[in-house]
Amino acid sequence: MYEHLISSYIVGFIVLNVLLGLMAYMTWFERKVLARFQDRLGPTRTGPFGLLQPIADGVKLLSKEDIIPANADRLIFLVAPLISFVLAPLGAAVIPFGRSITLFGYNVDLYVTDLNIAALYVLALGSIGVYGIILGGYASGNRYSLLGALRSAAQVVSYEVVLGLSLVGVFILSGSLSLLQIVNEQSQSLSFGGLQVPNWYILSQPLAFALFLVAAVAETNRSPFDLPEAETELIGGFHTEYSGFRFSFFFLAEYINMIVVSLFASTLFLGGIDGPIADGVWWLVIKALIFLFFYVWLRATLPRFRYDQLMGLAWKVLMPLVFLNIALTGLIRLFGIGAI
Amino acid sequence: MVIDFSQPTPVEISEERQLSASRREMVLNMGPQHPSTHGVLRVLLTLDGEVITSCDPNIGYLHRGVEKLGESHRYSQFVPWTDRTDYVAAPSNNLGYVLAVEKLCGIEAPERAQYWRIIMGELARIASHLVWLGTHALDIGALSISLYCFRERELILDIFEKFCGARLTTNMMEIGGFSRPIPPELPEMVRTFCKVFPGGQRDYELILSENPIWLSRTRGIGVIEPEVAISYGLTGACLRGSGINYDVRKAQPYLLYDRLDFEVPLGSHGDVFDRYLVRMEEMRQAIKIIEQCIDQVPTDGDLMLHGSPYTIPPHDTVLTTAEDMQRHFIWVIKGFSPPKGEVYSAIEHSKGELGHYIVSDGSPMPYRMRLRTPDFVNLQSLPYMAQGAMLADVVAMIGTIDIVLGSVDR
Repeated sequence: MYEHLISSYIVGFIVLNVLLGLMAYMTWFERKVLARFQDRLGPTRTGPFGLLQPIADGVKLLSKEDIIPANADRLIFLVAPLISFVLAPLGAAVIPFGRSITLFGYNVDLYVTDLNIAALYVLALGSIGVYGIILGGYASGNRYSLLGALRSAAQVVSYEVVLGLSLVGVFILSGSLSLLQIVNEQSQSLSFGGLQVPNWYILSQPLAFALFLVAAVAETNRSPFDLPEAETELIGGFHTEYSGFRFSFFFLAEYINMIVVSLFASTLFLGGIDGPIADGVWWLVIKALIFLFFYVWLRATLPRFRYDQLMGLAWKVLMPLVFLNIALTGLIRLFGIGAI
Repeated sequence: MVIDFSQPTPVEISEERQLSASRREMVLNMGPQHPSTHGVLRVLLTLDGEVITSCDPNIGYLHRGVEKLGESHRYSQFVPWTDRTDYVAAPSNNLGYVLAVEKLCGIEAPERAQYWRIIMGELARIASHLVWLGTHALDIGALSISLYCFRERELILDIFEKFCGARLTTNMMEIGGFSRPIPPELPEMVRTFCKVFPGGQRDYELILSENPIWLSRTRGIGVIEPEVAISYGLTGACLRGSGINYDVRKAQPYLLYDRLDFEVPLGSHGDVFDRYLVRMEEMRQAIKIIEQCIDQVPTDGDLMLHGSPYTIPPHDTVLTTAEDMQRHFIWVIKGFSPPKGEVYSAIEHSKGELGHYIVSDGSPMPYRMRLRTPDFVNLQSLPYMAQGAMLADVVAMIGTIDIVLGSVDR
């Protein structure tokens, strides 16, 4: 019993620290990839390939003056970045980074915990995380921030529904909300006329995957759904008035969210740690990197939606598709057509 | 006066305006420091949610009194000031001004200089449109376009730099022609640019022209009906986007534009997207004009009108003959005195009709200098377009008017 708890703590500690390190290098990765898209070089001055850039950024942000606007709601203004930042990495707690291994005679699970409602837990964290944005925008006492907060509230409420419902198809197929269970379900390969294909849900649930992807980008406030912080309209939206490390809390939370959502998507749709050879955490990392690259690619290419178009897309286009997907999956499952 | 920095500086929104907005509405002060007002434009918006109920552009934050400066400088000294009005298309401003003075003096530049003026003017038009496209796309959220645009603009600036040593404030043209020789490699550089540019333009169009998000952000947004466009006095792409065929190069041809074959693109809906299409096509037509000019331009010949009392004598005769040396001395120290009279001369600038109105009292300085800058006039249409639009659309509308605050405020 205690053995299990200790291994959870150790794995959790490692995951949290690796995640924070990865997040720092996610900013480097984004800068480099975006620069390549845009005919630039990106950071080159700080260490080889600009690899020390995240450290330089951190030092710079730490040494900035911490400004609290005179007409801000002081307490909420100070708490808001913490809400975003603290909640962001918690989603990684339920991602399986591997199955159980035996180490020094102890049985170690390579995940922090295996919740039976893991998927719901991740979705719930996303909904709570947005409070940081809403409260921060409201408490800044700036009208741009307020508009950013309003947009964020509306956007998250709409896309949360799509995000949650797009996963229902996966839950129907796997029969479980536990991410470990979902990964195990996906690792049994199917054979189609002698051809061995993995039972990844991206193959059996392509529509759900596409919808999840769109909703996930909106959920993490990334381009082309970056309306809450649209810098050319709202200057910085909810974080206009934040400076120094309070600003960087929001910034870091955004990147951690991206990583967690990428891990989540890889686990749900791409088989997570399951790979053609030598299952392990490396497969998860490769898959997550593909998603992260996709995020940057979107940002380099697409213009931004307008607020009303964004809501129209969620409710008029994505929502009917989500229900269609659920109905189809349910019917197929009910009548047991095909291998799935 | 001691300024107390411990107190927040109140945003200047008058009590009256605050009260006139109903309880549902919110007054939003956009600018003068705002990333997408293209400089120091200030727009006071009244918002109901995100819908604009009133829009009030305030200008004057970059006012330097350029017109008054024109009245206290000798004619040739004002050319560098024209660079600083619309600083993204400096050669076009130079051209508008020197043509006005030449019209006042009744002189004309030699043919070779006229061809090169067209080439430089059209290159400036492309450079200006590239800055417009880059910033406009950036405002709407397409991040990479701006860098692609600046990649091609760099080639144009290299050409300017080769010719006159400056990239932005070129001070390129002189009354009566050019005071500098054309570097021998310049025609080749221009030809190379004409070959390279269409490929770059294809890049922008591939990303934007059929992109559903771009279309939904620009189609049917900021519609200006033809009669409204005329009543506001709009010119340039803002007018032609509404389908009215008025281009100074065709309506009142100046330089050698009547010899050249080019088309004036027209829009049909008068929305942001049509103005985008018009400007994209204008860049293509500009390349066509440059290619014709570079083929037709004589390889040698005078670049400056000689023997006129209004132009600077050539460098070699200044050093060898007494008369030219004296004339050069007088021209530089005292300036020249054009005949009494008044003149209005307009060119098709990248942003619309750029007019210079000069009143001369026969002294070496103009009695009155007036600049009719196109974006100042075009900016009037912003409140009309913004009525009932959303906050994000205002940003697209400011972009589509294509303003440069140096030129609006002068």
